[in-house]
Amino acid sequence: MTVGTTAPVSPLDAIDAALAERLLAAALSSGGDYADLYFEHRAGADYVLEDGRIRTVGRGVTLGLGVRVLRGDATGYAYTEELDEARMTDAARTAAQIAASGATPGPIAVRPVPLADRYRVLEPSLARPGIDKVALLRQADAAARAYDPRIVRVEASLAEEWREVLVVTSDGHLARDQQPMIRFGVSAVAEEGQQRQGGRSGGAGRFGMEFFTRPGQSPEEHGREAARLAIGMLHAVEAPAGPMEVVLGAGESGILLHEAVGHGLEADFNRKRTSNYTDQIGQQVASPLCTVVDDGTIDNARGSINVDDEGNAGQRNVLIEGGTLVGYMQDRLSAKHFGAKPSGNGRRQSFRHEPLPRMTNTFLAPGNDAPEDIIKSVKRGVFAKRFAGGQVNISNGDFVFALTESYLIEDGKLTAPLKGTNLIGNGPDVLRKVTMLGGDFELSQGTWTCGKDGQSVPVGIGTPTMKIAEITVGGTKTR
Amino acid sequence: MTTTGGSGRRVPDPKACQRLAEQMLAIALKAGADGAEVLVRDGTELEVKVRLGEPELIKEAGSRALGLRVIKDERSAVTYTSDLTAAAMERLARDSVELAALAEPDPTAALPGREEMARDVPELELWDEGVLSVDVAEGIRRAKAGEAAALAFDKRVTNSEGAVFGRTVGASAFATSAGFSGSVRGTHVSFAVEPLCDDADGKKRNGSFWTASRFVAGLAGAEEVGLEAARRTVAKLGARKIPTGAAAVIFSPDAARGLLGQLAGVMSGGAIWRRSSYLAGREGTPVASPLVEIVDDPLLRRGSGSRPFDGEGLASRTNVLVSEGKLRTYLCDVYAARKLGRRSTGSAARGIGGSPHVGVSNLILRAGRTPVADLEKIDRGLYVTDLMGFGFNAVTGDYSQGAGGFWIERGERAFPVTEITVSANFDALWKGIDAIGDDLDTRSSVQCPSFRVGTMMIAGS
Repeated sequence: MTVGTTAPVSPLDAIDAALAERLLAAALSSGGDYADLYFEHRAGADYVLEDGRIRTVGRGVTLGLGVRVLRGDATGYAYTEELDEARMTDAARTAAQIAASGATPGPIAVRPVPLADRYRVLEPSLARPGIDKVALLRQADAAARAYDPRIVRVEASLAEEWREVLVVTSDGHLARDQQPMIRFGVSAVAEEGQQRQGGRSGGAGRFGMEFFTRPGQSPEEHGREAARLAIGMLHAVEAPAGPMEVVLGAGESGILLHEAVGHGLEADFNRKRTSNYTDQIGQQVASPLCTVVDDGTIDNARGSINVDDEGNAGQRNVLIEGGTLVGYMQDRLSAKHFGAKPSGNGRRQSFRHEPLPRMTNTFLAPGNDAPEDIIKSVKRGVFAKRFAGGQVNISNGDFVFALTESYLIEDGKLTAPLKGTNLIGNGPDVLRKVTMLGGDFELSQGTWTCGKDGQSVPVGIGTPTMKIAEITVGGTKTR
Repeated sequence: MTTTGGSGRRVPDPKACQRLAEQMLAIALKAGADGAEVLVRDGTELEVKVRLGEPELIKEAGSRALGLRVIKDERSAVTYTSDLTAAAMERLARDSVELAALAEPDPTAALPGREEMARDVPELELWDEGVLSVDVAEGIRRAKAGEAAALAFDKRVTNSEGAVFGRTVGASAFATSAGFSGSVRGTHVSFAVEPLCDDADGKKRNGSFWTASRFVAGLAGAEEVGLEAARRTVAKLGARKIPTGAAAVIFSPDAARGLLGQLAGVMSGGAIWRRSSYLAGREGTPVASPLVEIVDDPLLRRGSGSRPFDGEGLASRTNVLVSEGKLRTYLCDVYAARKLGRRSTGSAARGIGGSPHVGVSNLILRAGRTPVADLEKIDRGLYVTDLMGFGFNAVTGDYSQGAGGFWIERGERAFPVTEITVSANFDALWKGIDAIGDDLDTRSSVQCPSFRVGTMMIAGS
């Protein structure tokens, strides 16, 4: 293990099929039905520029093995950071305690699974000298400050990660994947008299340094965008309170889909009958305009995976088609319960975590309306463009999400920018109220991270522009 | 249940952590660092989850890691590793010193002065030997009992997200070339139950209750937790929206905790010098109702957020943040203090992978004098039990969150409420508190009683 400046030599090279088979045999030594090994090696670095100087640089490496044993619907889990055979065998036997029959496992033979290559990297970023990344931060800082003299503070950060995983399962899969990630963000504070406002812009994806040549992803663009948002908010007015017509902009509005629908379609909640979508396969659960897809196969997207964290290839899965619920996102445990195939959605935060059904890149497919017609059709409402994040109660679909850039719509035109506020509603209810859908699909390039059961994983979100007949706006002003 | 003595069952040793931290410190200085800080953490975890009477998850493991901050020519780098072999530590030191050259000189980031360092490590009763003997079988027994009590409480409790028993045992050590080396160990146990009900409109209602302590004896009984969880869940049946409008709002201790945490965030010296807090320039002035007193107390005995020294090796001290409604001090680590031209309040937090930063320990809103039942003696208003979403703008203080709870009419809880938001500017919210309950909830490191805000905007139907 090294923290050198070149791409790391992999400690996973030392794990061969024979060793993995011995560990799996130990994991099944108490009578489990299934076991898997998850080796993970992560090298990351981060750079922060604050008040015009590079304040600190950081680097770290983690390495470990997680062992999982399944027995019926129950999971035994253990992990270790020491990859000598004695320690790993200990972890396997600890995970085995979920089963207690002491049966002898059958023969285990693993072989490599062929994988697609969905995140080809042109210029691996960890291999590039740190000084190049420092230069990017400076460009962002300069661009934000140059945007307007009222910008009084800028912070820019770059984080890069190279994650290597090796998944070996007792039913014979052996999959090894390298998962790059680069993340860039700028935040700016604007001041005018007593008024102070902040703005943020960021992007992320499974790229190398070529990420910064993509549209909208240059350090200058992020710097200017953060400054624009901060300045624009200086004259924002109080948001209205109560139910209104709302137009959701393309891209980031996918957060609504992620919260309002996505989580409820994760198979574990449906297996346990705790989701509001339990037993609704084949039923109309959304407006006929709505087709919802979870797609782990989009090139270089933040939520894409060649293989999930239990050895199944990433896939494109249609969840809702023309308003009808057609499928859930499955991991192995739930797929077995439903008699379905795993859908490549078994993901985990790290080797310290058991896999769960998780989203990859989740989006609403585009419709046919022109985005400008959608706004024109609203007499009085809110146009929501950028979001800080959201939360859902999976058992009933109630959600909240926070707006960071939004405007009042009056007589079909965008007028005043609104102070930060929330939209609150119920997922199934809102999806039935989708009345117009734009043809302008966009996958957000943002730095979205999804949390569930204390585990965070990177995800992608997307939507076209869409109109919701009614949603409650959580502002402070009565109409 | 078979036991095999895996890494989850070893007992973390603070003295061993301290030796390792001191070794790493010496290696870093030898590699050319002008100054260095080392944090070592060693911990084990056990998590047992039971759902519908059957074990669903048994997770048991241990983990060790080391974090290093080096300073060379006024430039700093922060690194970490879980490889604790001598060779890896040598390499980490060399690479970190090399990495620091990429940063720019920042005299503000120098280590604290020797005279600022802690001189001793007070005993805060954070360790319960009894926690070590709580095994998987005991965790399952408690979880089964707690969940069964919830399911039996009312026939409308039809399902369960399960009952979870958790145990962590940890040791950590900190060594710095500024002249301090110390270690601490702690135990923590927790237990939670989350039942579900089916509502008449086809919606599901979930609720939960939990208990946590550093001592096994400090945990509430499993059945008691299960019953309270069920009671809270059943009470949500029939929840509905209320009309948009202004009303008095009472926050339960569970809901108030989040608000208090956000307030402490904007009182952090880091947010102040970054100009990202609406409380910049407000020290000494009213920021809350005169009823409000807030302290951050790292020295609380048996407190879940207690720490005998801070993340930079400074002595812990109790800081009064607000008294009689006035902001008395910002919380500072050494960096923020220097930026603001003052001394650290001993409030540095430090994780393995990051630089020191301002963090709270046990953050406490002192209990008030109003008997908790009297808070609801109002003509009409909202009692909030749950908050959701991220709706706080630290720079402006604008606040809006999704909420659930009960509508109060003529002093009685009339019906449960859901799918609404409550909003106000934070300054108006905290100044608008007209009563604080006597029901301080001490289960977590952020401790709150219930309180009532005279008026807030509610967005509903």
